[in-house]
Order: sequence, then structure tokens, then C-alpha cells
Amino acid sequence: MCCLLFIPQTNKILFATKAEPTSARPACSGPRPPLYSSAMSDGLEVVVVGAGPAGCAAAYTLAKAGIQVLLVERSKFAGGKNVTGGVLYGSVLNELIPEFWKEAPVERRVQRHVISMLSEKSSVSIDFNKDTSDHPESAGYTVLRAKFDRWFAQKVEEAGGMVITGSRADDLIMDDGRVAGIVAGGDSIAAKVVIAADGVNSLLADKAGLGISLAPENVNQGVKEVIKLPRETIEQRFNVTSDGGAAIHFLGFCTRGVHGGGFLYTNQESLSLGIVVQLKTLLDNKLKSVELLESFKEHPTVREWVKGGTPVEYSAHLVPAGGLRMVPQLYTDGMLVAGDAAALVLSTGRALEGLNFALASGLAAAETVKMAREKDDFSQQTLSHYVKLMSDSFVLQDLVRFFGAPQFLENPRLYGVYPELACSLAGRVFEVDGNPKSTVWQLAREEMKGKVSLWQLVRDAMAARKTI
Amino acid sequence: MSDMTMEQRLALNHYDVDTEAHIKIKPDVCQDCDLRPCLYVCPAECFKLKEGKISFSHEGCLECGSCRICCDQEAIEWAYPRAGFGISYEYG
Repeated sequence: MCCLLFIPQTNKILFATKAEPTSARPACSGPRPPLYSSAMSDGLEVVVVGAGPAGCAAAYTLAKAGIQVLLVERSKFAGGKNVTGGVLYGSVLNELIPEFWKEAPVERRVQRHVISMLSEKSSVSIDFNKDTSDHPESAGYTVLRAKFDRWFAQKVEEAGGMVITGSRADDLIMDDGRVAGIVAGGDSIAAKVVIAADGVNSLLADKAGLGISLAPENVNQGVKEVIKLPRETIEQRFNVTSDGGAAIHFLGFCTRGVHGGGFLYTNQESLSLGIVVQLKTLLDNKLKSVELLESFKEHPTVREWVKGGTPVEYSAHLVPAGGLRMVPQLYTDGMLVAGDAAALVLSTGRALEGLNFALASGLAAAETVKMAREKDDFSQQTLSHYVKLMSDSFVLQDLVRFFGAPQFLENPRLYGVYPELACSLAGRVFEVDGNPKSTVWQLAREEMKGKVSLWQLVRDAMAARKTI
Repeated sequence: MSDMTMEQRLALNHYDVDTEAHIKIKPDVCQDCDLRPCLYVCPAECFKLKEGKISFSHEGCLECGSCRICCDQEAIEWAYPRAGFGISYEYG
């Protein structure tokens, strides 16, 4: 087997050395990466690596425009390595695939958003309820990525894109300092431009010198259980309609001092229960995320939500959480980076939002490629248009606005003292013990004593103004 | 309900286990490591301390990359499993 390397700048086809000799693969020890058709050896226009939301959005947009695109995914099927820890808001996806909710395997349209602060035994919640059925395009949806990403990759194929799953992109083809394709499954695949959407541990971005610098301080670990429950039980228990759902975020005792929080999402016939915690404080506290997940599940508030359910899957994934400070250079000659691979995740005091940022960056990468293709110029200078597009959209504007959020979230009081205070104050307010009553303010001052000063509280509230 | 051991947890998942480990550790370096963050951060508890020595088993790996980020001794040679191998989520 020989592979051909196409050098777009010179229109030359060269022989390339294979990264891995065929004989190096054990003959029958498992699935084998597919061989690439001879059409591809002429060199492709675009290769997208990673069939998550960023990669699928990019490949779909390009395929729709009639541009030759190959989407490469290392899992046996798209989504097989991916984990949801958030709500998918519809606006960007609706731009790509109008009325996507009618065909996409979304689980439930969120009608109930709850923020719950936990102490060891109690909770105080803000519970927002609204029928979202009349504006499905801007509502949030719970999703399970193994189903959702698989559907999205199928859409890429339907639009005329090529999708290859079970193929790991191991390396880049470099030609005179520019990216000229990838090496996957031992085959060299030349392309005019590569979009790396290969996730938080993007080895391709690293190789191109565009890698994000991951450190325990700026990365969160999510662990999750999917818990099976009958559809009717979910609808009764969470008080939601047959297609409506709940998204509950938790702060406080669930992470036992580790920076982060918990989540509970309703799917059609299951719940997603998980915690997302910063690696650094997890290590500092010598705690394991699975222990936190287990005690979270046993919390009196959570226990009632998940009662009677059967765990069917246990998963883990990392989330870049360093905000704009962490975002690397997003392009180089012949390559763009999108989604988690570029740390395009918004961290605010409210939540981590990555799905929409992945979709929007994938879309912007595709638009950039379309523009570069017209000029037949995939140089760094032309590809810089990518940043311009994202600066015009919420992607970079949000990351700029919430620049200080990751630093604000370093405040340990957010995970300990404050949720604790909210619960103890509520406990005092909703208690009648026969003694003369105090005002809520008096109770608050009493509860704060020895825990946090009024001055500290005001300062934290001032800091929160810019980051929540 | 939460009385699951890690083995029981991982048994919920589907894996295509490769014969060869995709992550390799350097036991000599691990021997001298004081902090041993891998023992805490691996959500699948793939790292174990046996008779004072760190061992790693790749079978239950969830491919998250936490060990890669937290090991400050450069004792971990990290890669994704070969194509088609490793974790395969049914829900995700």
C-alpha cells in the first residue's frame, strides 16, 4: 500500500511515507481503520478531525456548500467517546439546521431551570418554570451525546460530506511549515486545510503549536451517571410535560470544598447526574470525583430525585475552564482549531457553556474556509478571518466580557460559606421555636458571625456583578 | 444504590479492550513521586498502589486525560487508544 501526498500549493502529488507499516497492525485484534479510497489520495479540500459538535458543524456547513470535506472520528461511531454535561441552547444549531428539534435526537426541551444551594442536609433553590414550547429555537435541550453526535455526523453525510469513523488522526502532514493534511490509521490524507476539532486533549493542535496549555488550575473534570427511570416517573417527579425537561445545577456541599458544582438533567427515560470539579482543588483536598458523585447522590435533596433509578452508564470527561486567558492562537498556515480543542468554553459564575461555542466556532471555521477557498489561499493571513468572525459573534464577545470569571470562581466562599449560609439562614427563617422572632436581616447577621464579614460579602457581591 | 464498587461502575460501560495499553507509566519515576496525583484524579481508578508501587491498568480507562494533566513528573506516556478501541458510550 502506498499513499500519495498532494501538495496544494504546487499542485504536485508526492509519495509519502506511511506512519505505520501495515504489518505493524495485529491482524485480527479488533476493528481496523478503513482504507481510504483512491479519490482521496489526490488530496482533499478540507479534512475535519473530530465528529463532535464543532467538527460536525464545520463539516456540515462545508458539505452544504458543495465543498469536498472529510470528517474523521476516532470512535467506532460519532459520539461514542463524548459526554454531555450541559444544556444545548438552540440558536446556533437552528441557524445550521432550521427546526432541528423536529428531527434531532434531543432528549427534552428544558422548561424548568433550578439552581440549588446545598448544605450537608438541606438545600435552598431558585426554581424557574416556563413553558418553552412556543419558542423552541431559543430554548435549551438536554441531549445525550452518543445519540446526538451520531445524528449530526449522519447529517454531514446526507449533505454530501464523507465521514470516516474508527480512524484516529495521529499526526499532521507538514509541508514547508504549513499544515498539509493528516495522518490517520497509517494513511496520509492530504488536504488544503485541516480543521482540528478533536476535543480538549487535542493532540493535533499540540503538534501544530496551537495547543492549549492544560493545567490542573484551568481544567475541570466531569463525572456522570446516567440513571434509567420510567418516562412517567420523570414527568411526575420533575413536574414537566411529555417533551419538557428540567435542568438543575447544584452548588455547595456536593463538592465538599472543591471548586465546581453538580448537575441533574432529565432525559426522555433517564437522568444525567454528575459533578464538574476543578482538578487542582480536587487534588489539594485529596478527594476523588467519584466519591463526591456518590455522596452527592446520597444527599437528601438529590436522593429523592433519583430514587428508584438504575444506573446504566458511568462516564468522565474534561472541560477547559480557564476562559479567554486559555484560548490559544486559533489558526496557522493550513489549519484552524475549533471547539474544546481551542478551549472555547465560556466560564461564568452561572455555568460552563461549551456546546454552543463549539457549534459556533465550527460554523465560523467553515465560513473562513469558504472564503479562503474563493481566494485559493489557505495561509495564516487569510485564515485570520476566523478570529474576525468570532469577534463579531457571541463566541469571543462573551469570552471577553467574562474574562474575569475564572478568577472570580477561585473564591472558595462560593463553594462553602455561601451555600452553607443560604441554607442555615433559610433554616432559621422557616423555624418557629416559641422564642421571640428576629428579622431576616438580624438572622443573617447572626448566621454570618465567624463565617464571613459584611465587608467581605459586599466585596464578593461587587466582584460577582461582572462575572455572573 | 450508591454502593457500587468501581468495578461495578465500569462494568456498566461498553469497552473494546485492546491487548496493548495506550497509556504507559514509568514505574521508576512513580516510585519517587510523593504526591501521586494519579491515584486521586483518575475517575476510573486505573492507577493503583500495590505494595508501595504504582501500577496502571488500561482496561477501564475513560480516556479523559486527567492523568496526563496532573502528573508533574512526566511519568505518563499518554495516547488515545488505537482506532476502534477503548470506551464506547451508549448514552454519553
